[in-house]
Amino acid sequence: MNFEDIKILLTEKLGLEVVTGEETSGLQPALLIEPDHIAEVCLELRNNPNTYFDFLSSLSGVDYGTATNRFGVVYHLASIPYQTQLTLKISKENNRDLNDLPTFPSITSVYRTADWHEREAYDLVGIFFKGHPDLRRILLPDDWEGYPLRKDYKTAEYYKGIKID
Amino acid sequence: MNIRNSKYDHALENYSKKIADASVEDMVLNMGPQHPSTHGVLRLELITDGEIVKEVIPHIGYLHRCFEKHAESLTYQQTIPFTDRMDYLASMNNSHAFVMGVERMLGIDKDIPKRIEYIRVLVCELNRIGSHLIAIGTYGIDIGAFTPFLWCFRDREHIMGMLEWASGSRMLYNYIWVGGLFYDLPVGFEERCREFVDYFKPKMVELNQLLTDNQVFINRTANVGVLPLDVAINYGCSGPMLRGSGLKWDLRRIDNYSVYPELEFDVPIGKGEMGTVGDCWDRYKVRVDEIEQSLKMIEQCLDRLQKELKRTPDFDPRAKLPRKTIPKAQDYYVRCEGAKGELGFYFIADGKSEIPTRVKARAPSFNNLSVLPEIAKGVMIADLIAIVGSIDFVLGEVDR
Repeated sequence: MNFEDIKILLTEKLGLEVVTGEETSGLQPALLIEPDHIAEVCLELRNNPNTYFDFLSSLSGVDYGTATNRFGVVYHLASIPYQTQLTLKISKENNRDLNDLPTFPSITSVYRTADWHEREAYDLVGIFFKGHPDLRRILLPDDWEGYPLRKDYKTAEYYKGIKID
Repeated sequence: MNIRNSKYDHALENYSKKIADASVEDMVLNMGPQHPSTHGVLRLELITDGEIVKEVIPHIGYLHRCFEKHAESLTYQQTIPFTDRMDYLASMNNSHAFVMGVERMLGIDKDIPKRIEYIRVLVCELNRIGSHLIAIGTYGIDIGAFTPFLWCFRDREHIMGMLEWASGSRMLYNYIWVGGLFYDLPVGFEERCREFVDYFKPKMVELNQLLTDNQVFINRTANVGVLPLDVAINYGCSGPMLRGSGLKWDLRRIDNYSVYPELEFDVPIGKGEMGTVGDCWDRYKVRVDEIEQSLKMIEQCLDRLQKELKRTPDFDPRAKLPRKTIPKAQDYYVRCEGAKGELGFYFIADGKSEIPTRVKARAPSFNNLSVLPEIAKGVMIADLIAIVGSIDFVLGEVDR
């Protein structure tokens, strides 16, 4: 199944509002998905015998910069039986308030590997995944303040009262 | 001081409560971060009932060196040494993946001379053997066999010596550059490499007699830590982990990148010879078989490098180096078969600067390790050591 077929399949199965757009200019075409439906889309793509995207290669949390204030998650799926790849993207605007993190649905129920990937995205970019079973920081200490891969992150001068040189 | 928001701290509270409860009913045992058999600074928190492991909670991040943060402030070419430090046992494979991605984004991947591609594959396969030798040697020592460890390190020393000769460094090479190489291979390298292959082949037979077919070793590893194929795929396992579970999935064959389509090699998979498909022994055996295949590839590379792609005086491995590495505005995910599994880099380029907006590294060890709590449920503590060793992760890559 090629890119266009997948797009048609998704809109037919899950409704027109699921796919909000596409990016075909680069080397790898990407489907833009409505954030609230990402788990359904992944489940459909994994279980449909025509697509079988059973392998989540990578899940990246992205901060698109202070100009747009957009946060997104990029999913790279791969199908082992068909040897194909697909990129899904979701994004949302957010005011960068640390008390109001950008929130997306978790896809751990579809791909268990998303568990650690989502923890990493939460840890470094500050994206909250609703429905994640154990969303703690993974690479940084539990008491770390801020999210280092955000574009507005200021390097901490003190860690627990100790000056960092 | 505390600006923590309890709205997002539920999981942390639940976790603290779980550990507090477990220390009443069962015993909480910390394995690591300084435990020798965790192969680096990995801390495993075990909830145990006597000798039985009820649950494993891995804690990672002790070796976090902010690769992704650094990559956002350095140019592509400057980031290559940082990729070397991810999987420091197979640095060549890391830089190969990274460089391949950048070259494809720049659109120069088709212009790279054949000789450079062959040298890249040659050093990558040498490095893969080195990495697998460490996996085998340290696995032996985890289980209690001391000799294989010494033998593996002795043979690996030859590889290190050769790569040092080529790049000037023993472990962290910075040898593969965007558009070319640091230097051409030194004169006499091919002959020395052939010597090594001839020396190493009988050593592998010896190693197999000592460890692979050793009944004590088989008893410790067969039927232990069985990883079913569906679980492996769902957890994103790749490399020898996935192939040990019986799936022929090797990106060198699937994606046919670099010069791998021109090379002849098999993809070994776990067959459950000693127990169940996907047990520790199978994963170990896949690595042993892969060394043989890598040797085969090295010989083919050497054939080409000594005949039609011979060294010429005017050959400059830096001739194709781009003056400015500014890719068009795009995002690209590159994947290739590292020593531990699918190694991927996700780039976002803004099209204006030499510095990427975002680089995400998809480390194979990170994903392979995440399956540990699943397969280590209900095993004995001694078997947990065998399982951890058979995953063969490098903490530098898990934590990045």
